[in-house]
Amino acid sequence: MLSEVAFWGLAALAVAGGVMVFRFDSMARATFALLTSLLCVGGEVLLLGLDYLGIVIVLMMTIEMAIMAVFMIMYMMNPAGLTPMTMMHNKQGATAICAAAFVLLAAGILSTPWPARRGKPPTDATMDLGMSLMGPQMLTMMTLGMALFATIVATVVLATRRGRYDRLGDSLRAPSTDDPIRGGVGR
Amino acid sequence: MNLELFLLLATALFCIGLFGALTQQSVVMLMMGLELMLGGVIVAAAAAWHYIAPAAAEGQVLVVLAVTAMALEMAIGFAVVTALFRSREIDMTDMAAELKE
Amino acid sequence: MQQRRRTTAADVALTRLGVVLLPVAALLAAAVVPLGFRSVSDLADGIVWFNAMEALAWAAVWLAGWGPNSTLALIGGYRFLAQGLAYELPHMLAITTAALGAESLRVGEVVDTQAGLWFAVWMPVAFAIYLLSAMAMAFWGPFDQPAGRDVAGGAAAELSGVDRIVFLGGRWLLLTVAAAFSVPLFLGGGNGPLLPPWLWTVLKTVAVLAFLVWIRRKVPTLRMDRYMEVAWVVLTPLAILQALVVALVVLVR
Repeated sequence: MLSEVAFWGLAALAVAGGVMVFRFDSMARATFALLTSLLCVGGEVLLLGLDYLGIVIVLMMTIEMAIMAVFMIMYMMNPAGLTPMTMMHNKQGATAICAAAFVLLAAGILSTPWPARRGKPPTDATMDLGMSLMGPQMLTMMTLGMALFATIVATVVLATRRGRYDRLGDSLRAPSTDDPIRGGVGR
Repeated sequence: MNLELFLLLATALFCIGLFGALTQQSVVMLMMGLELMLGGVIVAAAAAWHYIAPAAAEGQVLVVLAVTAMALEMAIGFAVVTALFRSREIDMTDMAAELKE
Repeated sequence: MQQRRRTTAADVALTRLGVVLLPVAALLAAAVVPLGFRSVSDLADGIVWFNAMEALAWAAVWLAGWGPNSTLALIGGYRFLAQGLAYELPHMLAITTAALGAESLRVGEVVDTQAGLWFAVWMPVAFAIYLLSAMAMAFWGPFDQPAGRDVAGGAAAELSGVDRIVFLGGRWLLLTVAAAFSVPLFLGGGNGPLLPPWLWTVLKTVAVLAFLVWIRRKVPTLRMDRYMEVAWVVLTPLAILQALVVALVVLVR
């Protein structure tokens, strides 16, 4: 009963938050509407018995959306939504595509004979996940690790303006780096 | 609660995200659409784990995969916007399309 | 009858949300902190829970800074995000180290494992990093730039009346909860001779809190761009090494 109420409450809030993301004029509000929606997703995951993953989603999304807000405000023309303007294209086409996609997927969901539940949830789902990631799914884990590392390198390369020649001179022999902000370890 | 309800919720989130990704002109707003779509994927994966095969950990691994995809998409997205903005002072998809000319 | 301060084109709803979220985040985080050996809820993933709730402060401080549509407040909000990026990585590794030592994410088991030897004794680096990040997450002492005097109170610059007391009270609460959580993580929780467990918890919490308050008078304010480099270049590798040592000990044990 309680979980039923929680499901519907979280689901309504998640969908409402998702809709409001694209309706708010203020970028800060849009970001935090998205955060609401994704926190509700974390709540639904908790409801399904995946405690660890649910809490991790909450943790990750909070931090991610806080950072996202900074970028939203940095790059949007109208961050606070004080002069309402619309930044959308192809609204009718997108509405048609999304409605069709929803109808198709919903029809698929309702007409598929889903298999019966096999097996019981483990007593400690977190342990199960860890054992799986460090055992049979090790390849997945290593791929994820490599992808994350590649992302770190790629984002730094894309986002930075200054390379090593700017910092260490044309022959890379400067005695100390020439940085606009000197950092905290005594450079 | 049953599998169908969770999957319908996932579909709703996915389609709202798709709408955002298709309509928004700003790259950052477009990424918010992608985040919502991945949120739908997370719900679907978690529901599949719970209602179909809770004994196997693959469903959980799928959630981890979706969460990582979210983080990667965000990081790369912001880096690309920063690079675009730095070189062209643009942040809109329509303007970025002119790059190919 | 006095009114709360108003600013032009403020986003009042977001300001209020940020102001209220700070104490709420601290209270939610406190749910897994045991008094003696009992907590409100000893979750199976208590340590992750604490981390997730304490991260809500990121959203709270930024919202409180953004809402009033005031430059100095917004600078404070941005400063806290920069500080968050600096402290969060070593902080996560430090609390993970404690979980690793107990081979459990449950706070109760972390306390039980320390019946003999406190984690602070054989994980001193993780403990020190935790204390640093406890101050940083409550933007307290040397990390008070998000609410610093140079920006007229930063994120709290435009807050007045009940908003101000709730926000600054929430900050105190966060500092207290962070100090209290160091007790089950590193200082043996309620374990101790003679006195009852709850009294030990309170005494240890007060000691940690007193240390944090004392250090505020001794250490000048750190700029977060400096702390960022220290955190990523020095503290993160140190925390990883500490986790490695603990992992080896756990394997051999």
